[in-house]
Amino acid sequence: MNALSIRNLTKIYNNGFQALQGIDLDVQAGDFFALLGPNGAGKSTTIGIVSSLVTASGGDVTIFDYDLKKQRNQAKNCIGIVPQEVNFNQFETPRQIVLNQAGYYGMPRQEAIRRTEICLKQMDLWDKRNDVSRRLSGGMKRRLMIARAMVHAPKLLILDEPTAGVDIEIRRSMWEMMQEVNRQGTTIILTTHYLEEAESLCRNIAIINHGRIVEHSDMAGLLERLHVNHFLLDLAAPIASAPVIPGYQIERLSERSLDVGVPKEEGLNKLFALLSEQNIQVASLKNKSNRLEQLFMDLIDSTKQQGAT
Amino acid sequence: MNSAIAFKTIVVKEVRRFTRIWPQTLLPPAVTTALYFLIFGKLIGDRIGAIDGASYMEYIVPGIILMSVISHSYANVVSSFYSTKFQRHIEELLVAPVPNWVILAGYVCGGIVRGVMVGLVVALISLLFTRIDVAHPWIAVAVFVLTATLFSLAGFINAVFADSFDDIAIIPSFVLTPLSYLGGVFYSVSMLPGIWQKISLGNPILYMINAFRYGLIDVTDVDIQIAFAITGGFIVFLSLFSLYLLHKGVGIKN
Repeated sequence: MNALSIRNLTKIYNNGFQALQGIDLDVQAGDFFALLGPNGAGKSTTIGIVSSLVTASGGDVTIFDYDLKKQRNQAKNCIGIVPQEVNFNQFETPRQIVLNQAGYYGMPRQEAIRRTEICLKQMDLWDKRNDVSRRLSGGMKRRLMIARAMVHAPKLLILDEPTAGVDIEIRRSMWEMMQEVNRQGTTIILTTHYLEEAESLCRNIAIINHGRIVEHSDMAGLLERLHVNHFLLDLAAPIASAPVIPGYQIERLSERSLDVGVPKEEGLNKLFALLSEQNIQVASLKNKSNRLEQLFMDLIDSTKQQGAT
Repeated sequence: MNSAIAFKTIVVKEVRRFTRIWPQTLLPPAVTTALYFLIFGKLIGDRIGAIDGASYMEYIVPGIILMSVISHSYANVVSSFYSTKFQRHIEELLVAPVPNWVILAGYVCGGIVRGVMVGLVVALISLLFTRIDVAHPWIAVAVFVLTATLFSLAGFINAVFADSFDDIAIIPSFVLTPLSYLGGVFYSVSMLPGIWQKISLGNPILYMINAFRYGLIDVTDVDIQIAFAITGGFIVFLSLFSLYLLHKGVGIKN
């Protein structure tokens, strides 16, 4: 069964801007799905239409087989939305915000109280339940929006750049939380600008650009098509300038480190052999995208451990 | 979908909102109206004498109570719904399966509750200055609630169209206040010259104030049935128009 099915969806804003030019999209139930694209590509418009915040100009949307036009309430009951920007009443407490949302979904009071406690605890916000929300940190506010979106136990959770602007530690904890929610059976659609985030979390992916879906495939298949992998090499001895090796993109970062783009068909062994011919020995290497994050997390962990002892 | 729970949630949220800030919402009308009663009722009223058999203080009490109901029921909905739009937490309602009529009814009920509470506060203040033996209680209650309903609806429509906080201040300042003051709060239309009497009869607030005055002290310048017809007609029209705006997503959806 598809959690979300979109057919020929179009959107023309009042100013004439055509945000969506007839997109088709299918997301299977249980999937962790990435919807990627540059700013202004149409991601937020698509999510806005699915969540009933934007009126479509044409096309059809079905959510777990419920037609969003004809079976609006059933379709809405299946979705939880976490928007990009904070959109709760910041003068209310987290508990009140989540309780109100349960009420909007018609949940009886006792059940609403029970679900509110579960969701706030799951998002590690139970201790903050009676604080005024505007005093929460940025990461807490985002977790509060996730708790609010999950209070009615939706089958499809849509997260619109949930980790934008949060620090790496919080981002990592949110990744774990999203994975856990997905493991429990909730379909997740994630939009993000952090490609490594999509790569780590999502099984399937669609890329939208200029209001059109330009890629719609599984993540592994897409990554297979990457032609160049980037590595950071730590050198055993300093070098004065970057070596020139045909077929490789090499940039000298410092006297002991290089950023090397390795074509998939060439491979690392050949690179090491060619560098060796130029008397350059590689001491270690790391994938470029994860290097700084890992270093940061190691520092955070070691600082925490020191604090604990 | 249990619409009753959604409705109750909105109403409770609205009432909690204005009671939490009671020094801004419930206290000012008490102070303002106490000054009205003191200055117009006591100091000036004693020199004016009776109007249609009622003392001047008795005569102005219904109008001042209803004027407070009008301004506060309107202010409650226009400020609350506009803030909801401005801070984007209207999206909490739009993503949930809440029917449009529940959203409208919830906000309007919030406005009615505030209008009624302010009206009761002003009525209590008025008892410090005069005694009112309510002549037609059911008519008074009906006008009280219907007027709060009508102006809550009007506030809702203002909030839907408002694009800035300036937009929610224009109607109360330049339309509601003049119409209320010229609606016979402090005088009988029979005291006006001929042409001004006719012009005054085009002011719908005049009918509400006179109907309420009839309910409280059995004095009126207008036919009560016409007053109810006008108030009811406006409520039906504004309700349908509000639902149309919500259906179209005017001001709240792209």
